[in-house]
Amino acid sequence: MYLYDSYDQAMVDARVAEFRDQARRRLEGKLTEDQFKPLRLQNGLYLQLHAYMLRVAVPYGTLNSAQMHMLADIADKYDRGYGHFTTRQNIQYNWIKLEEAGDLLADLASVEMHAIQTSGNCIRNISSDHFAGAAADELVDPRPYAELLRQWSSFHPEFLHLPRKFKIAVIASDTDRAAMRLHDIGIQIVKNDAGEVGCAFYVGGGMGRTPMVAPLIKDFVPLDQLITYSEACLRVYNRYGRRDNKYKARIKILVHELGKDEYARQVEEEFAHLQSQGIEPPLAELARIATFFADPAFESGLSTELDRSNPDFALWADRNTHPHKQAGYISAVISLKPVGGIPGDASAEQMHTIADLAKEYSFDEMRVMHTQNIVLPHVKIADLHTLWAKLEAAGLGTPNLDTIEDIIACPGLDYCSLANARSIPVAQKIATRFAEKGRTAELGELKLKISGCINACGHHHAGHIGILGVDKKGTENYQLLLGGSEAQDTSLAKITGPGFDEDGIVDAVEKATDVYLAQRQQGERFLDTYRRIGMDPFKEALYG
Amino acid sequence: MADVLGTSPDEVQFRFRDDEVVDHGTVTVDSFLDQSNATAVRIEPGDDARALLPHLERIALVEVNFPSFMDGRGYSVARILREAGYQGELRAVGDVLIDQLLPMRRCGFDAFAPDQKLDEADAQAAFDRFPHAYQSASDARQPIWNLRHD
Repeated sequence: MYLYDSYDQAMVDARVAEFRDQARRRLEGKLTEDQFKPLRLQNGLYLQLHAYMLRVAVPYGTLNSAQMHMLADIADKYDRGYGHFTTRQNIQYNWIKLEEAGDLLADLASVEMHAIQTSGNCIRNISSDHFAGAAADELVDPRPYAELLRQWSSFHPEFLHLPRKFKIAVIASDTDRAAMRLHDIGIQIVKNDAGEVGCAFYVGGGMGRTPMVAPLIKDFVPLDQLITYSEACLRVYNRYGRRDNKYKARIKILVHELGKDEYARQVEEEFAHLQSQGIEPPLAELARIATFFADPAFESGLSTELDRSNPDFALWADRNTHPHKQAGYISAVISLKPVGGIPGDASAEQMHTIADLAKEYSFDEMRVMHTQNIVLPHVKIADLHTLWAKLEAAGLGTPNLDTIEDIIACPGLDYCSLANARSIPVAQKIATRFAEKGRTAELGELKLKISGCINACGHHHAGHIGILGVDKKGTENYQLLLGGSEAQDTSLAKITGPGFDEDGIVDAVEKATDVYLAQRQQGERFLDTYRRIGMDPFKEALYG
Repeated sequence: MADVLGTSPDEVQFRFRDDEVVDHGTVTVDSFLDQSNATAVRIEPGDDARALLPHLERIALVEVNFPSFMDGRGYSVARILREAGYQGELRAVGDVLIDQLLPMRRCGFDAFAPDQKLDEADAQAAFDRFPHAYQSASDARQPIWNLRHD
């Protein structure tokens, strides 16, 4: 994985010093709260309901064990002994004191980590495929491109005060595991007819209160123009993005209002101009970065046999692994969705355990998934049983990846100052209901996502089943949505009808799954059945 | 003559140029385009700086107003002018704060006339804070990726 050189370290260290100076000026009254707020946000520091929340960047979700150990230590030292992995492949802490934030950032910098631009109206942490560098189906490892974009976007002087936040994802596989088209810019690394590698740009996707699937803006940008083209995309947005209404300020609104062709034309014009400006990094830099993502020292001739004699292990192996490009290896997913737990939460002790296991079994590497789980990307199939047994012993062996128990949920009204309703208890009740009834296996792949307000941090628009918490005359109310997908067949879920109370929404989810079980045809997932039969049978069961 | 706008030389707190300060006011982009002899112009956030590009030869001062430091359009304005070869003074005015000085400088601003006078020591620290920069902009810094491959 990428390691800092003295330049990277100097930049991150300078940022810590800058933040300490900003906090000092705030405490001395030289900065008002309005002036300080965007500064702390661009260092990941939000003021939430009960305390400050600090979001740490995990670039493209990749971590080593020293970093994970530090995240655990931070949970113990500055928080209440746990952290929350997020849908941006980051981790956030919910109980941070402003006066300790500088020390926390310094601790992060000591393991080549930071919280730079994890919030605010700037380019955020670049996300990517959590199986990058391991997946059997990828064209190339997308992370070198993500790292190049990370460097380009860090402290970019022109784009620190954009109309609104800006999220970029990079993938390199036709199977989309990163919700690429639901980003402000989604980049897919592709090969053209001449066999050259380049980038397809999708611009103007997003969730939030106005969900949009990003259209293709340019089908092939050569690798030696990646940064220049990205800069052109951003400059057109910075020029025209709306600033009169924060709810219409995202680039998706601009692309929608201009039309994708006109937006693309203006980007092309800016791109033509910028190509004369020499802003593109040398290709040697991409080559330098790529060396950090070379394959670890895989062994060859390993056994690919899995001993399935233990049914609990076989179930976990079936559900929580993904095929690896190297024979004899597999990617293993550690579920952070124990039934009845808080989706995405890990205790400091669990983080230490995961870090140790990554060191022992996965070439010292982990990935945070946008579905709030952790991947050990490079595990020998021969070690899988031992790994599973250790996970089981640590309470980390829940076999529920991509099932109805593997719920994405935002922090909701338990923590968040924007939320209208709680998300966590609803997730807990749904997972518990289906686990207790033993229905999880029968339902197969079913992606359920819960947001506690229309800002959609829980990706409810992209759930096969989505739940949106709203405030209805002072009480929490939950709308049900069906038919979303964040995969390569991206679609936006539709609302079924009137909302439900907290227990009612659990019943409603069960009724929707009953319709699926009654109507499904051979091999259909919930989403497939919904797409075939449409909304009506579900409405009938829910409201009829 | 159209209404003269803008800051006066004594409101300029930081200046990174050796030439004489332009001592007359600026005019709006519209009035600038209507006359053939104006040499100082003021850009508001909604103005398109590209309208000035055919006239850069005669401009000695461009003031870019930041009514709110949160509105970042002026950063692109600065770069567009510098990329087109504008050599005159580029002055950031309005809600210009300590923590925006360095990014503004990198985008090509070489004079600063903040509404509220800034603490000199804090401002100097901000200008000097970062030893390097990752990306190309409109200043003399070589981006890190060039330094790595010298």
